[in-house]
Amino acid sequence: MKGIGVSPGIAIGKAFVIKKNAPATNGIVLKNQVEIVAEIERFDISVTNALAEIDAIKNNSQLMLNDDDIAILETQVELINDPQIREDVVAKIEEEKKTANDAMIEVTAGIVTLFESMDDEYMRARSADFQDIGNRILKYINRTGDTNNRSFEPDTIVIADDLTPSDTITLDLNLVTGFATQAGSRTSHAAIIAKSKGLPAVVACGDELMTINHNDFIILDGLSGSVYVNPGEDIINRYSAKSASFRQQAEVLKMVKDKPAITADGKQVTLLANISDADDLTMVHDNGGEGVGLFRTEMLFMDRDTFPDEEEQFEFYKKAVLQAKGKPVVIRTIDIGGDKHLSYFNLLPELNPFLGYRAIRISLDQEGLFIVQLKAILRASAFGSVSIMFPMISNAKEIRDAKLILNKAKKELLEAGVIFSNDVKVGIMVEIPSAAVTADILAKEVDFFSIGTNDLCQYTLAVDRMNEKITHLYDPFNPGVLRLIQNIIEQGRAHNIHVGMCGEMASDPLATLLLLGMGLEDFSMSAASIPAIKNIIINNSEAKAKQICQQVMAMDSSENIIAYLKEITQ
Amino acid sequence: MITKDYIITSAQGMHARPATQLVKLAKGFKSATSLKKGDKTVKLNSLLNILSLSIKGGETISVIMDGEDEVSAAVVIDDFFTKQLKEL
Repeated sequence: MKGIGVSPGIAIGKAFVIKKNAPATNGIVLKNQVEIVAEIERFDISVTNALAEIDAIKNNSQLMLNDDDIAILETQVELINDPQIREDVVAKIEEEKKTANDAMIEVTAGIVTLFESMDDEYMRARSADFQDIGNRILKYINRTGDTNNRSFEPDTIVIADDLTPSDTITLDLNLVTGFATQAGSRTSHAAIIAKSKGLPAVVACGDELMTINHNDFIILDGLSGSVYVNPGEDIINRYSAKSASFRQQAEVLKMVKDKPAITADGKQVTLLANISDADDLTMVHDNGGEGVGLFRTEMLFMDRDTFPDEEEQFEFYKKAVLQAKGKPVVIRTIDIGGDKHLSYFNLLPELNPFLGYRAIRISLDQEGLFIVQLKAILRASAFGSVSIMFPMISNAKEIRDAKLILNKAKKELLEAGVIFSNDVKVGIMVEIPSAAVTADILAKEVDFFSIGTNDLCQYTLAVDRMNEKITHLYDPFNPGVLRLIQNIIEQGRAHNIHVGMCGEMASDPLATLLLLGMGLEDFSMSAASIPAIKNIIINNSEAKAKQICQQVMAMDSSENIIAYLKEITQ
Repeated sequence: MITKDYIITSAQGMHARPATQLVKLAKGFKSATSLKKGDKTVKLNSLLNILSLSIKGGETISVIMDGEDEVSAAVVIDDFFTKQLKEL
């Protein structure tokens, strides 16, 4: 059986099936004013009781509610108390002479239908919450039996049509190892709660799920969405192994995820992510990334027939800035040319494309294209914390020219009355040896440096990254490359500007302590690498990193350096 | 009467958590407060009504405050839309 895996992990255990009876209308027509008043009173008392029930849950210390649980309960309180819902129910009782039960069922159904028809997935998923609220009040209107207080055996897998906020809060999830639901979506309450509790969960399994019986042996895979009912031995063995390794990994991630990246002796660094579009940010948040150190903008320009206009670019950047939820986002202006070509932009074949017409060189040459991108980025800056970064800078004049165009873009927006942040920082990629050597000159022009180790390595060592015959020479631990990196960091710090790194070296566990010892402050990498790097930072000290740096910088070959780093990171 | 426009700065828009917070804030004032998106206006005391507007990140809405304590309501609601919303 297959559903949507919404919370990764493997759960193995016995099924506990929850079936609910849908509330039914009674069709009674009220005869007189006395009955009408009584039904309104019945509704009001039910609301009071439903609120008292939530209060009791909130104050139950045994449930060990976290902030998310409390927030869900507060939302429920507001909805149960909602004046619009009361108004609609009372209208049905007074005008249509319906019982409180029927009025509540109909009002709930109306709200559920309204939310189910919305074009926003999150809002559609809220229809289940409204059904839950309706059921809560209905329970008191009819005083039917309580479905709460279920007790579980250890290793229980809950099987249900859907899990409502009240279900997930009152279920003793400590004994539940996972759940599968018949309905639901990635943003349904069950999915959100599963992720926050780290429980494997599969939703939208369809009607087949309800053929599962109590105590059936179940395996569910919260990543792939597979659900196995009474599986054979080979599947059990395979998943037992998978489960163990997943748990181990998750343990490391969980331990460091919400911890700041601070060394044992108190040095804090920032761990950021490299992204290509807004969707990547989910992974960034899940892995404890503190923002985006490199937002490559090329993806927007590839696989199409024309340049995206300002509006389209603005939407693309804005989406990512909003998804970053207030965390900083460094947006790099386009880095095309080299090995990245656009079908609609005629780049002539070059003998040495990596030394040719690419990145900022194109931007400065094609001011019209550049200013459109800058305006789009500036407009997106109104929605969060945005910095702009120029790639492939080789001298100070290029920075000054780029900033002139940036100022022009700002002026045009101001004149058009378009808002943008007045605190957009400007930085450069340091990836050309001349820039690395003259870091002291360039530092005066910008707010930050970001070291691009991939190109810096290729240019410093005169090694084409694409040429397979010489890959052994491509070596970021070459003392020449390391000295340049050290110079960039030292000069940046001497001029009080921020220095980060967004190349592959930032995610290499072998290099972490060396870079920390050099004084690197920001490490930007693919989101999945963040926990491992953070683990290294947390378990070491800056003092040790400085010693390592000193040792390494005195060594005469990358073989020695790599051997030494391998030894100390064991 | 005070009317102010805001751009929604949280990615998910006005989802349940911030909307709950907003209703709680609005209920603390005597002034009548309402929220306008496009041509629809709803009272700020109903979470159902706020959610039914399906306000997304990046959209612009107006808040209308009318009553004896409208000035202090405007200050509190301004803080909500400009600061708190990003963190909720």
